[in-house]
Amino acid sequence: MRSKSVKEIVDFCQEIFEDISFSKARQWKAAQPGRKVIGYMPVYVPREIIHAAGMLPLGVLGGGADMEVIHGDAYYQSYICRIPRSTIELAITGKLDFVDGMMFPSICDVIRNLSGIWQIMFKDKYVRYFDTPQNFKDEVGGVFYGNELRELKAGLEKLAGREITAAQINRSIAVYNENRAWVNKVYDYRAETPWNAPAAEVYLLMRAGMVLPVEEHTRLMKEYLLAAGAEQRPMRDNCRVTLIGTFCEQPPLNLIKSLEMAGCYIVDDDSMLVTRWLLEDVPSDGDPIENLSHAFLHHSAETAAKYEPNLEEKGNYMLESIRKRGADGVIFAAPSFCDPALLDQPMMVQRLEKAGIPYITMQYAENSGQMQPIREQAGTFADSIKLWSAS
Amino acid sequence: MSHQDVVKSQSQLLQKEMISRNYDRITSGESKVSSTFVPGNLNELLMCFDIANNLPEINAIQNAMRKKSGEMIASAERSGHSEDVCTYVKADIGMMEKGNIAPNGKPFPNPDMLLLSYTGCFTFLKWFELLREQYRCPTVMLHVPYAADGKPTQNMRDYIVKQLKEEVIPLMEQVSGIKFDIDRLREYLRKSALAEDDLVWMLEQSKRKPSPIDCYFGGVYYMGPIFTAFRGTDEAIDYYKMLRAEIEQRIELGLGAQTPEGEMPEEKYRLVVEGPPNWTSFREFWKMFYEMGAVVVASSYTKVGGVYDYDNFRHDPEHPLESLADYCLGVYTNRNLPTRVDMLARNVKEYEADGLLINSIKSCNSFSAGQLVMMREVEKLTGKPGAFIETDLVDPRYFSAANVKNRLESYFQMIDQKRRAGA
Repeated sequence: MRSKSVKEIVDFCQEIFEDISFSKARQWKAAQPGRKVIGYMPVYVPREIIHAAGMLPLGVLGGGADMEVIHGDAYYQSYICRIPRSTIELAITGKLDFVDGMMFPSICDVIRNLSGIWQIMFKDKYVRYFDTPQNFKDEVGGVFYGNELRELKAGLEKLAGREITAAQINRSIAVYNENRAWVNKVYDYRAETPWNAPAAEVYLLMRAGMVLPVEEHTRLMKEYLLAAGAEQRPMRDNCRVTLIGTFCEQPPLNLIKSLEMAGCYIVDDDSMLVTRWLLEDVPSDGDPIENLSHAFLHHSAETAAKYEPNLEEKGNYMLESIRKRGADGVIFAAPSFCDPALLDQPMMVQRLEKAGIPYITMQYAENSGQMQPIREQAGTFADSIKLWSAS
Repeated sequence: MSHQDVVKSQSQLLQKEMISRNYDRITSGESKVSSTFVPGNLNELLMCFDIANNLPEINAIQNAMRKKSGEMIASAERSGHSEDVCTYVKADIGMMEKGNIAPNGKPFPNPDMLLLSYTGCFTFLKWFELLREQYRCPTVMLHVPYAADGKPTQNMRDYIVKQLKEEVIPLMEQVSGIKFDIDRLREYLRKSALAEDDLVWMLEQSKRKPSPIDCYFGGVYYMGPIFTAFRGTDEAIDYYKMLRAEIEQRIELGLGAQTPEGEMPEEKYRLVVEGPPNWTSFREFWKMFYEMGAVVVASSYTKVGGVYDYDNFRHDPEHPLESLADYCLGVYTNRNLPTRVDMLARNVKEYEADGLLINSIKSCNSFSAGQLVMMREVEKLTGKPGAFIETDLVDPRYFSAANVKNRLESYFQMIDQKRRAGA
């Protein structure tokens, strides 16, 4: 069989990205009677349990840059970020009508309260506010989280009309371990040869993983790496940056493209963290709930929505990512009115300053249209890094 | 009206004295000090260790009412804090940058611990991470899960109790050098419940016509002791007894709500208010209401530090730690939107209000996100009109008196029209 070209793969992903009616997920659901789809918002939900229930986890990341929000603005004041209003817009306009349930992780008060709006407006749907522990001891936060996972499992069992067995969850854990391994390979590949895996391509590839069944997404990443490796593209004299702040409301694709066009290769980011939230493989035997809980408590990413109990550890995840990916600097790109990103930023900035790592800050909304100031800011940053590095 | 002319009741004067004493204690250097938050405020537990309770929200409010918060916020923004985030946080950080002076004019000592009671507000988490950067003192997280399905679960309760036993209490013992005595806690909780009974009695008096109290602008004074450093003390019991006697007297005399300019002459509109007040122009804001004859008969803000009237919660000395867990879980902003809607709709009906007014606060997503939906739901459930105004907590840039007044006037006209149509 002929292997796919990068262009074919990226076009396929772009089509999924632009399709705010989620046709691929609809097709999956329609292919077999009784199938169910569970939407989830950033940052993290244990997709393994949804998958084990025979359901499709669907990442809902707002309406994107091109969707016109008409109704959503009547639900939110002007000083609240854009993702809840565009998500409501998706729901009101029927684009999520095929979704059987929605999960709202504990990322901030806006997403938390969106779960209540769903409870009020979509009474026939399964709604789960998914609380993760801020205490990371096995006997404290671990017990709480294990029980939360069991409650989630019970809720999904009720929706599925069948039991979700430990063996099924373990199989799903293995499937997601594989997926995560390939996500990490893509990220590693981009960090090694960013000219061969532009950030916009990697972004689209990961966005496809929000909609496609996980097995299909894993295949797609394998194909992409094969195709990208076969197509050598010219290396530019760009600096290398880590992009931080994009873990919930998504930046416009043009913003990502603009940063690279302005001279900044993105060698790491915190977008769609659900794909690589767990930092190690989860054992696929034994008690899956305990294993998922243990992984969350002891081997999960650091982000603004998660408490860091140890002051000395705060920011180390970022610093380690910068070191591991060989980044020259950091671009903080936070959505406007994003409490987690904007409140965390001064603490991260302080650590960068201490480590002598350059950074810039900018804000966006998912529908930001004007990229010229972004290009100018990022271009100046890239130039300054190159000058600074040479000195 | 000058400050000298402001009419104050005996209970208000007593409260002022209590607050001053607490600031004197905090700044004296003689007690260990913990900073913590109003919602999920574990005052009785801190008292078991003789730790003074310093509440940064209250400090921000004090600074706002003294017109100092604007410059503090500007200072925090100059040092890299976003214009988009909570102004309580920035007022607190700005206060630090300006010497950390308490309302009594003395410098705040660095806290001995930060009790991060993560209850009903995401920002709390980041706020104390930010303070920890400065103070580098022991910090303990008490994660209170969100009661997303309307009612707390046993798992949530057990999780909180376990954190109290294994994280919070051991740190308090370490900081204070005092061993935890559960009987001491029981005694404080018994006192809490006594004060809480009088508090609920007070809240329910605004069902009367005219209401002898204003449950929003006046309510923030009435809630002061129970929400801050006095729950569990004899002082709080005495305060609420005194307040009760004052209200009883007002009822006997047939008086309406008390305002800073004396008695409210006529009660024309009865409102339920959702959301915190604006603090930078508190008096001006209040005046807009009483000048137009509007009294607030119930408000969600008087539940921000604990809900006592909706499902009859009282601190329970027989189940001390479980009771603290239930208290934290039941805080207003820790309840899901359908419960908040039910609470407000019941208030509109039971207090025979003319409608729901939402004061939407730019800084506070915990309150504000979803309020437009809540307003429509309450309108549907009660048949009474709702209205929406926007201000901020302690940032003077976001209080536009003319806009607020216009909206209030329009709202009252709408109520008048509805009345005429119904007559």
